[in-house]
Amino acid sequence: MVPTHYYLILSAILFGLGVVAFVFKRNIITIFMSIELMLNAVNLAFVAFSQALNKLDGQVFVLFVIVVAAAEAAVGLGIIILIARNRQSLNVERVDLLKL
Amino acid sequence: MIDFLAQHADILITLVKIALLLFIVLTVNAYLTWFERKVVAHMQSRWGPHRVGPHGLLQPLADGAKFLLKEDPTPAGVDKFTYYLAPLMALALALTSIAIIPFGPDPLRIFGRDVYLGIVDLNIGLLALFAITALSVYGVALAGWSSNSKYPLLGGLRSSAQMVSYELALTMSVVGVLLSAGSFSLRDIIGAQASPKLGVLGWNIFPQILGFLCFFVAAVAETNRVPFDLPEAESELVAGFHTEYASFKFAMFFIAEYTSMITVSCLCSIMFFGGWLSPFPASWTFTHFLPSAILIPFGLWVIWDGIRYETIFGRIILPGLGTVITALGALLIVFPAVNEFIQGPFWLLSKIFVFLFVYVWMRGTLPRFRYDQLMSFGWKLLLPVSLANAVITASVILVRGGGH
Amino acid sequence: MNPPLLVFFVLAAMAVIGAINLILQRHPIHSALSLIVVMVALAGLYLLMGAEFVAAVQIIVYGGAIMVLFVFVIMLLNAGVEEHTNASKLAALAGVPLAVVLMGVLAATVAGSADRVQVLTPGSVAPTKALANLLFQDFVYPFELTSFLILVAILGAIVLAQREKA
Repeated sequence: MVPTHYYLILSAILFGLGVVAFVFKRNIITIFMSIELMLNAVNLAFVAFSQALNKLDGQVFVLFVIVVAAAEAAVGLGIIILIARNRQSLNVERVDLLKL
Repeated sequence: MIDFLAQHADILITLVKIALLLFIVLTVNAYLTWFERKVVAHMQSRWGPHRVGPHGLLQPLADGAKFLLKEDPTPAGVDKFTYYLAPLMALALALTSIAIIPFGPDPLRIFGRDVYLGIVDLNIGLLALFAITALSVYGVALAGWSSNSKYPLLGGLRSSAQMVSYELALTMSVVGVLLSAGSFSLRDIIGAQASPKLGVLGWNIFPQILGFLCFFVAAVAETNRVPFDLPEAESELVAGFHTEYASFKFAMFFIAEYTSMITVSCLCSIMFFGGWLSPFPASWTFTHFLPSAILIPFGLWVIWDGIRYETIFGRIILPGLGTVITALGALLIVFPAVNEFIQGPFWLLSKIFVFLFVYVWMRGTLPRFRYDQLMSFGWKLLLPVSLANAVITASVILVRGGGH
Repeated sequence: MNPPLLVFFVLAAMAVIGAINLILQRHPIHSALSLIVVMVALAGLYLLMGAEFVAAVQIIVYGGAIMVLFVFVIMLLNAGVEEHTNASKLAALAGVPLAVVLMGVLAATVAGSADRVQVLTPGSVAPTKALANLLFQDFVYPFELTSFLILVAILGAIVLAQREKA
């Protein structure tokens, strides 16, 4: 048996790595992928708790998170395509028209 | 040493099963290419391979040797990691899906353990197969993109868009089967079709005919075979996503395609045609001699055909082959226990063979879909029909008061 | 070191290495491939915990649809390697230890309360039927809402990615 807090520590590490990727990378698509990594880390925590408490609500919520992530990925990638078309670059540092 | 083996016997038996199944699947792949070339050729009133070995039976060996010995150029400017990963991924996923398929109902008794035919029986067997199908889109998409060339990129994008579109219809069309079986496990699905009262009418093909048609069409589109093989047809985009792939890497895509053909044939037989169930009623025990009744005449014909064959090599090999086949048939009559054991696998393998023949038949007969026709067919016809099938099946089960 | 623990460590190592690779790779397609590895590793962990349906859905939806969407967009937009940045190298150098501290704080909080969250009964196999019962009885309202959400997302994606009428 694997203790529950092993899973939670792994979830925390993955979430932290997602935050690091979000802050440090400059390609819009990679930043978007780091959001998906963070969502996955949270899903892992949900399923770990669902197993620990022996209730299935955690897994139902994971299904909802996956569905919402899919919808968000679709719309987000649509926006990214528009940005790429308008700014001719996928570098977030070039999307700075509102900067002083 | 012996007690180490005894303690870990389960793992060892599984490893042996995996090695054996891998060997069998790869051999079947090779001879499937021979079978396809022969059948398509005869449909087109020509011979097909008949020089390399008697009746061209050594042609797959020659092809294999060619693939291994040919020059393997890597085009300039490819993304090296992805270029090498794509065929590996396609092949690994295609071969993994064979692990989930059960080949027979009864276990063997080996060293006091029950060894089932089939590597594993997952609770979510069917869902795992769909997961593997979903991942195999990457093999195609990454192959097309990493080749750093126009035609593979277009072919890869078209092919992966096609696969993703037909995946939806594929998963929706088996919902009816799942509802009537109440489980994702493939053994349970076959078990749900075994009705002693209805016999062959209990098979899923009769209530689920619409689901079967949707599944078969969607599966042919998933495996990129005719009539849905526009992205890789020779007269279209050169060779589609595997244009820039040479000998062995091309062979990996090739094996992946034929293995997924075999997997789809297994799935069709298991989900809709009763798997290892015999179409004859159980009381007709004389039908248990059907394997022998097929093997013995076939073996005698091979001997007769080989005795006066053109080449000396054929005159030695073919009668030998025929003797082995006849001996197998005779063995089944002599040992009734073996005959009983072989009934299940015999029926499953015959059904798989029929579906493979249908695949090859379609290749020899049907013209190709144009790409826009293909996409509109998948989204506007196949998906609504499979959804309707799911709704109708669910309503019928609800009205009947069944359900779990 | 029983077999489940060994499998856990292998899958966890795979997930963490995939996540680190996502940060270290310069081409977005390699980052996408690393993310797929992370998702497959997580699906393996869900299987280890007995959540078989969630594992299958993770691979089919996340790994087989969402990531395919990412890979398509990377191919269509012809994304190249990341360019050289003008951002401060010192900030990056200071940021990495802070990131490690963040992860450490999260992990320590969790590990500190380890004795309070314990497995009440050994995690049993979660039958898909029980999950379906829960989804369609207690959670039917969010379920219908998510179908509406997907419809909105499809419309949004189509409208956003349309070519401008010349």
